[in-house]
Amino acid sequence: MKRIVAVMALAALVAACSSTPDSEQAPASVEDRTGGKPSTTDVKPITPTVIPGTQFSDPARDPRLKDPNNVLSKRSVYFDFDSDAIKPEYVPVVEAHAAFLRQYKNAKMLIQGNADERGSREYNLGLGQRRADALKKRLVLLGAQESQVESVSLGEEKPVCTDHAEDCYAKNRRDDMLYGHEF
Amino acid sequence: MGRPRVGRYNPATHRAYDALNRLLRAFLACLILAAAGAAQAQLTIEITGSGGNQIPIAIVPFQGEAQLQARLSDVIEGDLARSGRFRTLYTGGQSLNEASSVDLAAWRSRTADALVVGGVYPAAGGRYDVRFRLYDVVKQQSLGGVAYTIAPQQARATAHRIADFIYEKLTGDKGVFSTRIAYVVKTGPRFQLQIADADGANPQIAMTSNEPIMSPNWAPDGTRIAYVSFEAQKPVVYVHNLATGQRQAVANFRGSNSAPAWSPDGRNLAVVLSREGGSQLFVMNADGSNVRRLTSSTAIDTEPFFSPDGQWIYFTSDRGGAPQIYRIAVSGGGVQRVTFDGGYNASPRLSPDGKILAFVQRNAGRFQVTAMDLASRQTQVLTDGARDESPSFAPNGKMILYATEVGGRGVLAATSSDGRVKQRLSVPAADVREPAWGPAPAN
Repeated sequence: MKRIVAVMALAALVAACSSTPDSEQAPASVEDRTGGKPSTTDVKPITPTVIPGTQFSDPARDPRLKDPNNVLSKRSVYFDFDSDAIKPEYVPVVEAHAAFLRQYKNAKMLIQGNADERGSREYNLGLGQRRADALKKRLVLLGAQESQVESVSLGEEKPVCTDHAEDCYAKNRRDDMLYGHEF
Repeated sequence: MGRPRVGRYNPATHRAYDALNRLLRAFLACLILAAAGAAQAQLTIEITGSGGNQIPIAIVPFQGEAQLQARLSDVIEGDLARSGRFRTLYTGGQSLNEASSVDLAAWRSRTADALVVGGVYPAAGGRYDVRFRLYDVVKQQSLGGVAYTIAPQQARATAHRIADFIYEKLTGDKGVFSTRIAYVVKTGPRFQLQIADADGANPQIAMTSNEPIMSPNWAPDGTRIAYVSFEAQKPVVYVHNLATGQRQAVANFRGSNSAPAWSPDGRNLAVVLSREGGSQLFVMNADGSNVRRLTSSTAIDTEPFFSPDGQWIYFTSDRGGAPQIYRIAVSGGGVQRVTFDGGYNASPRLSPDGKILAFVQRNAGRFQVTAMDLASRQTQVLTDGARDESPSFAPNGKMILYATEVGGRGVLAATSSDGRVKQRLSVPAADVREPAWGPAPAN
């Protein structure tokens, strides 16, 4: 599963790169709400829809979030047992979402950390929180605003897989990223 | 439910009775309970182990008890049998009441150590007088009795009170048959916080949600329950008033809010908040005001539990690299480590007398409820499941309710604090989890 996700992420990355070879030319500017800092993963040109009456574009209407061929449609980061380290294969996903948050300074993200079922429910809530915090920290290091990202934990309470087996546990050791209009 | 009125009455003289067959009736009582449970999806209770030195007791059906909604003698028998400390004897069609003359020598020859007789009598206003008497058959003396005037729907509650009286007179420990338990039932995608009598009867739904509910915790006065609900897509701590059904989000800060624990005086809640990063212990007023941070670590600090004297908070922390149990003074200050054996100890709960620490220990990959005598530091593994969790002491400290898994389904189980008596409580076709044994009712 992890490998499939990684391969898909890489494929999306490659596809995105090849389709927009001139992305490195985009000017980097703090005030630039449409581009932000250039990123190899934030490349498909889009036309932001400005929210009427505001200076903001609406992140909810950015089609990349739902485009299965875009890395921004990838919302999950998986972890090793008892670990909150973000593995290299998920760095492109994290970088893409950091770029998105830089682009849409009005975008809000909820990170839900999860843990596998073994052991105390409340301690597992803590483990999920640690994973959510780790991802938030990485996003902020990559330029997202602290106020844009809330990290919370679902512990072992919302498993996507319920067998008592390691391949199942691995799917549940996960962070999910949701944007403000998605929860 | 109103409380039965209580009075005293005088015993009558003894009289003769017929011969008895010896037969355990607890099994019959259990079947009746199970049949009732299937209809109402209430908890059914199965005794899976029993203690030694059980007291043989004869409970004669109360005269006139068929007038009530519940047969008092069956409820009393079920209570006493489930405690594991009694063996109930068949009473063979006896017709006796609290005023009957009883031949205690003859009961002794039938191996009874104790005898209960009573009656139910119509009273004014559609109410009933319930009277009983308990005899010590060995010492050939009365141990007293009580008279109640009750509404018909109070039959079960009255039977539990009679069982409490018998239990305390014969064991010296307070009975817990009049207490309630809270637990979470998951049926498909639906979660319910339910409250039932300690025997699983009379289940009430306090809250229903399509998102998980966890960590219910009773206020010391039994009127409110704090719990964690995920209905806002994140954990938020609520305090729920059971009488009014109203609830208040008392900890709904940015980040996660969880693990509520009441102080013994009911004024404060310890909670775990991530609002300042990580999972750390905080103490707040029970209404959510006056939040102050208690621990400052880079670890997960969670599962606070107040000591009964209100001086300490025991908690789980992985500050040493793996989850272990620590304690910190409520006034703050240094942290002391409490558990040292094994690589995973969590979910600390203290017995009401503060002498025993129950917790969950991982042994060879299996999570089991373990008890530590805090004076001697000796530990004993009490359960033998693979996923036993969320221990909760009965208010008399004699039983520990916990969650386990049987056949892939969550069930509740209880063990005596010495591990000898075991019960299992399950709801058909549902997952039951997160038990919390309520406090003793105020008298």
